[in-house]
Amino acid sequence: MDNNRRTFLKIAGFSVALGLGGGIPLSLQAYTPADVEYVPTNAQITGKRWGMVIDTRKFTKPEDFQRVIEACHQTHNVPDIQGNEEIKWIWTDHFEQVFPSSSNPYLAERYEQQDFLLLCNHCNTPPCVRVCPTKATFQRPDGIVMMDFHRCIGCRYCMAGCPYGSRSFNFSDPKPYVQNLNPDFPARMRGVVEKCTFCAARLEQGQMPACVEASNGGLIFGDLSDPDSEIREVLRENFTIRRKVELGTNPCVFYIV
Amino acid sequence: MYDSGKILTGLVIFLFLITFPFWYNLGQASYEPPDLVLPEDSQQCIEPTQWMRTNHMELLNTWRDMSVREGLTTFVSTSGESMEISLQKTCMDCHTDKVNFCDECHNKAAVSPYCWDCHIAPEEVANGQ
Repeated sequence: MDNNRRTFLKIAGFSVALGLGGGIPLSLQAYTPADVEYVPTNAQITGKRWGMVIDTRKFTKPEDFQRVIEACHQTHNVPDIQGNEEIKWIWTDHFEQVFPSSSNPYLAERYEQQDFLLLCNHCNTPPCVRVCPTKATFQRPDGIVMMDFHRCIGCRYCMAGCPYGSRSFNFSDPKPYVQNLNPDFPARMRGVVEKCTFCAARLEQGQMPACVEASNGGLIFGDLSDPDSEIREVLRENFTIRRKVELGTNPCVFYIV
Repeated sequence: MYDSGKILTGLVIFLFLITFPFWYNLGQASYEPPDLVLPEDSQQCIEPTQWMRTNHMELLNTWRDMSVREGLTTFVSTSGESMEISLQKTCMDCHTDKVNFCDECHNKAAVSPYCWDCHIAPEEVANGQ
């Protein structure tokens, strides 16, 4: 065959035209039905910058903590594993662990004895999102630091990045450690990191986070960017502190102490 | 042509080997789709059955991304019907029998999707685990 530049260009041009004109639309047609739509759920609660206030004055007895923790764990199929393989979504610790830079040796007795509720701070500048190599953890436009468990490869960079210890790794299959499986939410598998998602799935269905519902007013959840919201009202009226602000992560969980 | 005997013999052997699957399966029973236990109280899946059979995996991948990453949790099908995007709450609300529906085809086609490593099949809830 007489292979010259002219014939080559003709064949190449023809192939490209065929590919664009025939192949791509045909293969697209095979994969997507013609006119489906993906839309937000009608009942969805929307906000620009979700945040939470923890009123520690309302968490005095062990039952107050237990009720909230139970609600979260039951909703999200969080396994009950003791020891260093513990999975933490919402948990408690002492003052010097929660606020290490505000702690001192002569702390008021009230604070020394008290437990504090801990959860993911859904930082404005989340270090876990910066270090995640697969974008399995990402920040939604409404500020929620979300986990896509499907995409997590279990590298645990996020656990090293998070200064709050809010992330837990599944060293073994967690399903056997879940007491009553909630059929409305998935569990996780071995090798995946998990954490609190501010109940993103519940917000999309128009419900408040499970812990907030169970807290009897001890937890206030709302839109920090809306000056008329309940959470902003509470923040205006009360002195609040946040965890490890000096690190510049700009956490969105506030504590009334 | 040099060594034509060897080359031709080699070609014949090569052609035989490459077409071996066809010889091997000649005369054997053809592929039968497995008998599935279909949902009793529903006649129609969210899209036509044939389309679902070919493309359910692509649809589920899109559902996953739309729901988890984009926050779009309602799917409007070609027939205009709206439903929540959820494997556990929508798909397996009708397809309650994973063993006799999902697994039948997956086993026969020798694919092992990892959906249920995390997602909870109705059987698991019924068995208390």
